[in-house]
Amino acid sequence: MAQTKTAPPSTRLDAELARRLLTQMALIRRFEEKAAEMYALGKIGGFLHLYIGQEAVAVGATSACRADDYAVSSYREHGHCLAKGSDPRRIMAELFGRMGGLSKGKGGSMHLFDKSVNFLGGHGIVGAHLPLAAGAGFAIKYQGGDQVVLCYFGDGAVPEGEFHESMNLAALWKLPVIFICENNRYAMGTAIHRALAQTEIWRFAETYGMPGEAVDGMDVLAVRDTVGRAVERARREKTPALVEARTYRFRGHSMRDPAGSVYRTKEEVEREKLRDPITLFSDRCLKEGVLTEADLKNVEKAVNDLADEAVAFAEASPEPPPDELFTDVYKA
Amino acid sequence: MSVMTYREALNVALREEMRRDPRVFVMGEEVGLYDGAYKVTQGLLKEFGDKRIIDTPICESGFTGVGVGAAMLGLRPVIEMMTFNFSILALDQIVNSAAKICYMSGGQYNIPLVVRGPGGPAAQLAAQHSQSMETYFYHVPGLKVVRPSTPADAKGLLKSAIRDDNPVIFIEAETLYAVKGEVPDDPDFLIPLGQAVIRREGTDITVVAYMGMLYRAIEVAEELAKEGISVEIVDPRTLRPMDADTIIGSVRKTHRAVVLEAGAGFAGMGSEIAAQITEKAFDDLDAPVERVTGENAPMPYAKNLELLKTPSKAKIAAAIRRVCNR
Repeated sequence: MAQTKTAPPSTRLDAELARRLLTQMALIRRFEEKAAEMYALGKIGGFLHLYIGQEAVAVGATSACRADDYAVSSYREHGHCLAKGSDPRRIMAELFGRMGGLSKGKGGSMHLFDKSVNFLGGHGIVGAHLPLAAGAGFAIKYQGGDQVVLCYFGDGAVPEGEFHESMNLAALWKLPVIFICENNRYAMGTAIHRALAQTEIWRFAETYGMPGEAVDGMDVLAVRDTVGRAVERARREKTPALVEARTYRFRGHSMRDPAGSVYRTKEEVEREKLRDPITLFSDRCLKEGVLTEADLKNVEKAVNDLADEAVAFAEASPEPPPDELFTDVYKA
Repeated sequence: MSVMTYREALNVALREEMRRDPRVFVMGEEVGLYDGAYKVTQGLLKEFGDKRIIDTPICESGFTGVGVGAAMLGLRPVIEMMTFNFSILALDQIVNSAAKICYMSGGQYNIPLVVRGPGGPAAQLAAQHSQSMETYFYHVPGLKVVRPSTPADAKGLLKSAIRDDNPVIFIEAETLYAVKGEVPDDPDFLIPLGQAVIRREGTDITVVAYMGMLYRAIEVAEELAKEGISVEIVDPRTLRPMDADTIIGSVRKTHRAVVLEAGAGFAGMGSEIAAQITEKAFDDLDAPVERVTGENAPMPYAKNLELLKTPSKAKIAAAIRRVCNR
């Protein structure tokens, strides 16, 4: 049942696709850098978990889907929400706790929801959104639809019971859910070999009789191909799949752990940064002549502008009025 | 009107709502092929098929989360807890997912979910299978919590719960499943959530009680009537939102109150009701409010100890006499 490793990338890279993937990855990177700046300035509070280093996973996976497919994620979800097509201005306003935010400022960084793009939320309890993904898959099947659900989580969710309960239910009931484990090797500060008896996470797919693959999560096209195969199968056969995307977070767990240096060496971090997914992809596009230096400059300028606009929008957005404390506790 | 058991009333409510709305489905352990561990879902698999009556493996967190996710996409799941004791395994999904997604999403998503099943003290089921579980839920903003005491209430409140756009915790009583009563036949018979009812009119004292304690209170009231104490009994029916107005209105009339609770008393529902009465009707009271609650110990297995754990009629009667200065 389970497959090992990835087939060679089959995506034909044209300029339009290359520009789109690069722009999305660069936008996430720039957005996260801005968010870190705003956190340092005290404009953003609470926990802030950055996606820097993992951009190829959200962008590659989303590019393999239709707009009406669903996605759900953990608290490190800014990248998934942006990739799904959410407005960066409204995400930044949410991080600022302002009325113009996706949830009127009531969710914050860890709880981005955007119904307009079928983004089912950022969830703060590790593993808890995996059953929700299975439920979304159940509803799609119940309603006779052909959408799929992308469910992102970290290696830290794998030891949780809900990972196993959800994989079992999705396989047992044949639900169109792609479980995408972003293995960045550390659950907060706990290295994967200190947390899992089986560190080859994709192998858990065998246990539940579903296809499983590992993919280089720093290679946006490889992610796109691997997830693309799982998506097509899920759409056609209502079969779930497990994809382990091997990636790395360049920053700490959260802004309270800015360097992430207690539990990993500086050398390791620097070595991994040599495989920056944005640089790898830009270089490839240049080498293959798909994009020019001028194209890269344009992308950079475009995402800088979008991030600046997001901050300006958030700054200008008012705080939620006091009565918002009580709205949405219940749906009237 | 038809006379039926509490169990049958729940079954009728599920059938009627499933016939009315194709988005409603029932999911849980042994709800289908086995016909329900307590037979509440008897015959539903035959009528609605396995697309809408879904047997699950034993994974309360998993299938409750499936209900939450399905509700986000517009379905109206009814999740059965074989007994509510098992709901603790799903507590994170209920408290952190179901109850908060509407708020965290700024109202973009709401969760029309019912989690139902039996709870409360049962007969010699010992510490893990015999406890009042409402305590774990009514503290949580975003949840509604229902405890229906009669067959008619079971039907009318379950139908309202299924039609509600929010997560509703609906805790039945294992010990009441065989209780019979008159139940309206109207498929649109609904009892609004958040509406208490006066079960027995009286003038000397208000007793607040639900589920098994309600039936015990009624028996005590009949006995005390012979002593010339006229007891009014209020059944809150819904614990959250709570109909404090009806409770306070009764206390303003009788000027005295005793609150009953089957579960352990510390930080229980009795504390909340007593606090509400004290805050809102202090000047109307002729005596301090008393609580009669379960003892603060796990439920023992031994029959004699079990009897000591839950409030007895004698204890209830003694409290009423004390508060009435008799």
